Amino acid sequence: MIQIKQLSKKYKGAENFSVSNLDLTINEGDIFGLLGPNGAGKTTLISMLSSLLKPTFGSFTIGGLNYQDHQKELKQLIGTVPQEYALYPTLTALENLMYFGSMYNIRKSDLKNIIHGHLETLGLSEFANKKIKTFSGGMKRRINLIAGILHSPKVLFLDEPTVGVDVQSRNVIIEHLKQLNAQGTTIIYTSHHLNEAEEFCTRVAIIDHGAIVCEGEPKKLITAHHNAGNLEDIFLEKTGKALRDYA
Amino acid sequence: MRKLWASAYKEYLLLTRDLGGLAVLFLMPLLLVITITLVQDGTFKTIKQNKIPIILVDNDKGEVAQNILKNLKSSDMFELTEQSSEKLVQELIQNGKYQLAIVIPENLSKDLNQKVSENVDGILAQFGAIEDSLPQKTTRLDSKVVKLYFDPATQFSFRNSIKSGIDQMVSKIETQSIYKAFQAQITDDPSEKIFDTESFITFKEIIPNAGEKALIPNSTQHNIPAWTLFAIFFIILPLSINIVNEKNQGTFVRLRTHPVSYAIVLGGKTIVFLLVSLIQFALMLLVGIYLFPILQLPQLEVAGKLPLLFMVAFFAGLAAVGLGLLLGTIAKSQEQSAPFGATFVVILAAIGGVWVPVFAMPKFMQALSNISPMNWGLSAFYDVFLRNVGFQELLPEITLLLLFFVATTGIAIVYYNRKNGV
Repeated sequence: MIQIKQLSKKYKGAENFSVSNLDLTINEGDIFGLLGPNGAGKTTLISMLSSLLKPTFGSFTIGGLNYQDHQKELKQLIGTVPQEYALYPTLTALENLMYFGSMYNIRKSDLKNIIHGHLETLGLSEFANKKIKTFSGGMKRRINLIAGILHSPKVLFLDEPTVGVDVQSRNVIIEHLKQLNAQGTTIIYTSHHLNEAEEFCTRVAIIDHGAIVCEGEPKKLITAHHNAGNLEDIFLEKTGKALRDYA
Repeated sequence: MRKLWASAYKEYLLLTRDLGGLAVLFLMPLLLVITITLVQDGTFKTIKQNKIPIILVDNDKGEVAQNILKNLKSSDMFELTEQSSEKLVQELIQNGKYQLAIVIPENLSKDLNQKVSENVDGILAQFGAIEDSLPQKTTRLDSKVVKLYFDPATQFSFRNSIKSGIDQMVSKIETQSIYKAFQAQITDDPSEKIFDTESFITFKEIIPNAGEKALIPNSTQHNIPAWTLFAIFFIILPLSINIVNEKNQGTFVRLRTHPVSYAIVLGGKTIVFLLVSLIQFALMLLVGIYLFPILQLPQLEVAGKLPLLFMVAFFAGLAAVGLGLLLGTIAKSQEQSAPFGATFVVILAAIGGVWVPVFAMPKFMQALSNISPMNWGLSAFYDVFLRNVGFQELLPEITLLLLFFVATTGIAIVYYNRKNGV
């Protein structure tokens, strides 16, 4: 589904590449976890794949479409759930979702049904007409997710979709993503919750300093590393225990 | 098209959810135009109806001083107080108690009469009109200075108009003295009328107009277009802040992942903010027509001009929106967009002729005013309000306003795409 070749990104004024010569293949139907410490290049990679950042060099295709030649088609194919809430605080949940959904040219009546379906599944039906600014962090995360999947994308990019939410909200979000995946959506997500990734992802890649240091199915990776009891052990082995503060 | 209307509807919702902002958007321009017109109309009345208190120091005690006094009293512009000490007068003016003092020098009447008589005698002797006269002997007299003391706080234009008024008055008195001297030399009968001393040249104020109806410009007719335009251009502030907010709250980032162009996003904003500027304009007209007469201000005359006025407001609104879109696209924060936007509108108004007429500006500024969209808008409004012109005459100005919108919006889109293009 996604073919990445020699993808690299160096920000203006930066000394090092944030993503460096990265090669990766993500298969259709995967739930692919991009794991790594702060500043490893996860968000940069997802931003390039979702048309937010221009690669310095390298290329990628999604569903066989090259990013340089098929911008419009790619945007119709993918869905993005950014780390920030990216919603209008003074508009209601329904108004926000109607607006973002209408950018995909979905008919108004169909769009309303789709929105109500997602709101129902994510436990937000009764809050459809409440303003976003009155929502809790978990509720905003769920609306943020719905805004990215209204057009039933083939590929869904999620940048830390469960950060800062309570266990209940996280559970609902993960369950909903599993459901989407079962319906045929390929999911690529970044997270710092390694237990969640271990349980949720069909494949993971650990990125550090802009390059993949380890990749595979979580269970197979754990088995292959004799001293590892879980994904976190592998993560620390590959990326080290030193703090990764950066500014 | 669906995306454009969805964008416009979203902008409408965002705007109507901010009632405080909406009130500021509509009420502040109204407050501005009412205040400015009241102030300017009041200034006009001050000169015409309310008398300016002035002091007169008469060191002459003669006929000329009496004439000046009489003229000042009959002008209805001044409320006269007489003082004897020039030093005290200086203090009163310095303290701002009075705006103006006139000090008439000693022996003004005597010396003027002597000077005029000698000149007249000299002329008549040249023509042989005076018989048995001895050779003319002229006295050397120093010219007389009428001192004018002004409050330092008075405006340059006020000082100039007073100086020119006094100058006119003194010239008239001098001329009449010459006539009198001739009369005394020619006839012994003071009742015999030899000279017609009435002014031969007078002037009449005529305001040409293209239509049938005579136009009488007043403070309302001047202020409503000027300040309405100022208010319309102030829309760049809320508009640029709106765009900066979208960048900061991440919604623009989300939209970049959607199949929608930046032109559509800006199109939605253009529709709503243009509508706001037209509503602003309509409110201004209503205030001029209905509220101004209640406030004892001249009523705004719009009969038969509404379609053209709204057309000009539409294109002026477009130009303002274009500028707002560009500023919002380039600015990174509200701290950048708000002060820059406010200052820039004031600069555009200044070079556009909102405060000082373009013809009164220095040559360089006059040239600069030609590239101010506010100048194009103001000219178009004056054309409709005061010159009764038709659509054809407005074409150059509204074309410039439209081109300005196209240029600013185009630059905004190119800038955005270059900055964020993948």
